[in-house]
Amino acid sequence: MTTFPVEKIREDFPILKEKIRNKPLVYLDNAATCQKPQAVIDSISHLYMHEYANVHRGVHTLSVKATDRYEGAREKVKNFINAKSTKEIIFVKGTTEAINLIAQTFGKANIKQGDEILITAMEHHSNIVPWQMLCEETGAVLKVAPINLQGELIYDQFESLISDKTKLVSVVHMSNALGSINPVKKIIAAAKLKNIPVLLDGAQAIPHMSVDVQALDCDFYAFSGHKLYAPSGIGVLYGKQALLEAMPPYQGGGDMIRKVTFEDTEYNGLPYKFEAGTPSIADVVGLGAAIDYLTEIGMDNIAAYEAELLDYATEKASKIEGLRIIGEAKDKGAILSFVLDKIHPHDIGTMLDSLGIAIRAGHHCAMPVMDFFEVPATARASFAMYNTKQEIDVLMNGIEQLIEVFG
Amino acid sequence: MFDDLRDLYQEVIFDHNRNPRNFRVMEDADRKVEGFNPLCGDRLTLFLKMDGDKIIDASFQGSGCAISTASVSLMTEIVKGQTEAEAEALFKLFHEMTTGKEEQIDLEAIGKLAVLAGVREYPARVKCATLAWHTLDAALKNEETSISTE
Repeated sequence: MTTFPVEKIREDFPILKEKIRNKPLVYLDNAATCQKPQAVIDSISHLYMHEYANVHRGVHTLSVKATDRYEGAREKVKNFINAKSTKEIIFVKGTTEAINLIAQTFGKANIKQGDEILITAMEHHSNIVPWQMLCEETGAVLKVAPINLQGELIYDQFESLISDKTKLVSVVHMSNALGSINPVKKIIAAAKLKNIPVLLDGAQAIPHMSVDVQALDCDFYAFSGHKLYAPSGIGVLYGKQALLEAMPPYQGGGDMIRKVTFEDTEYNGLPYKFEAGTPSIADVVGLGAAIDYLTEIGMDNIAAYEAELLDYATEKASKIEGLRIIGEAKDKGAILSFVLDKIHPHDIGTMLDSLGIAIRAGHHCAMPVMDFFEVPATARASFAMYNTKQEIDVLMNGIEQLIEVFG
Repeated sequence: MFDDLRDLYQEVIFDHNRNPRNFRVMEDADRKVEGFNPLCGDRLTLFLKMDGDKIIDASFQGSGCAISTASVSLMTEIVKGQTEAEAEALFKLFHEMTTGKEEQIDLEAIGKLAVLAGVREYPARVKCATLAWHTLDAALKNEETSISTE
């Protein structure tokens, strides 16, 4: 057992003291969204109470303070993922918007009829649908690399799908439905041989491991704040500066321009070119606070602790008769997707809720993954750094009880 | 252990979930409609055999949660022998019962279906219970071959 300070961390999350149906909350739906520490909540109240105004436009004191906070958060994001420059950090609504941004700007400028976009069979809808829309518009073709029954990418087949027509590889770093972690370094290296840009969907990976975009050498990395203990409605698109500079803007409006006349508009430089309109200022500040909080704990410590939780949960779950784990990749993050014989995930969800346990029951916005495993849905317990082995015991006990009731 | 859930998961529901009635493909069906709840992935195919405006046989296939399976199983039992108008009237009552718009449920008219009244307290589960009836409604109106709750 490591000396991970989980009890101290739990104290930082006020919602964990809530009672659900008169039982202590056991929150195991972290892959859907994470709860927020006091530091994040406080950073937002503090901004609104003492430092709030619009950013990048006022000479008055509050606007300068708010701008400092906002740009300070960009600096924190840059350091957190080890980007070269804050110019490479674009604030967006979330991972979904980041991927749509790439599809609508990089995609439209570089992807033509007959070109190919390569994804994997474990993608979330947000890394499928934007490409389908782009393909429909341009006549490009979406290629899907298959997965095996453990829920792992079949790497050889992935590699053989890379061709001279491939113009973009877009893969999930860690699967939300299965927990599988993709061999992204290998994927990127293979794509580089043909100079194909790689976009990583990091929505699930970012709260569970350190991410270094320079070490990965990915061209784009997308993630959401709300899965990283930060507010919802804020996310990040990282892109290599040269690529971002060559891309046309995304939306038109204020902040993304340098000079506007009715005849012509000169666009602003990076990162503002992609940030039209007043941004979600307080949420960005909240994201900065979440990063400070996580940095203090250490992403490697979090990863090690969560690996212990997953091992513990997997071992316990394997002993339950009639339970089938969906997603058994060798390299896997803290997600336990499962089905029970003759008990629908929706019933599992309601039953566990009555015990105060929050899990996700459904298709996890990854219907093709459900089809592949021939299940309509799964139950999914997803762990965060504030979960404990004792909570996993409560979950497993609940599952055993409900199997008995359904019997 | 699951005391809070006793109103939702009554013994009748477990019974129909374990042994669904009329769970079969009807080769000579006059109406065949698919119902789908994209939220949870529940899917069912409803088959009806009609004699004029009378339902003389009803059956289903598909997979779903205990609430949705019990609901469709009970429904196929009850509507057998009813006229279209009677079944539509029952659908209206059922809808009122499960969405909680009616303070007083006419227990006599709703009959066995009263076991599903508990979903009222679980907004996330109402659609599980009503999927069967929306599918029946579409089948009776003969308008579509597939419906979705979303």
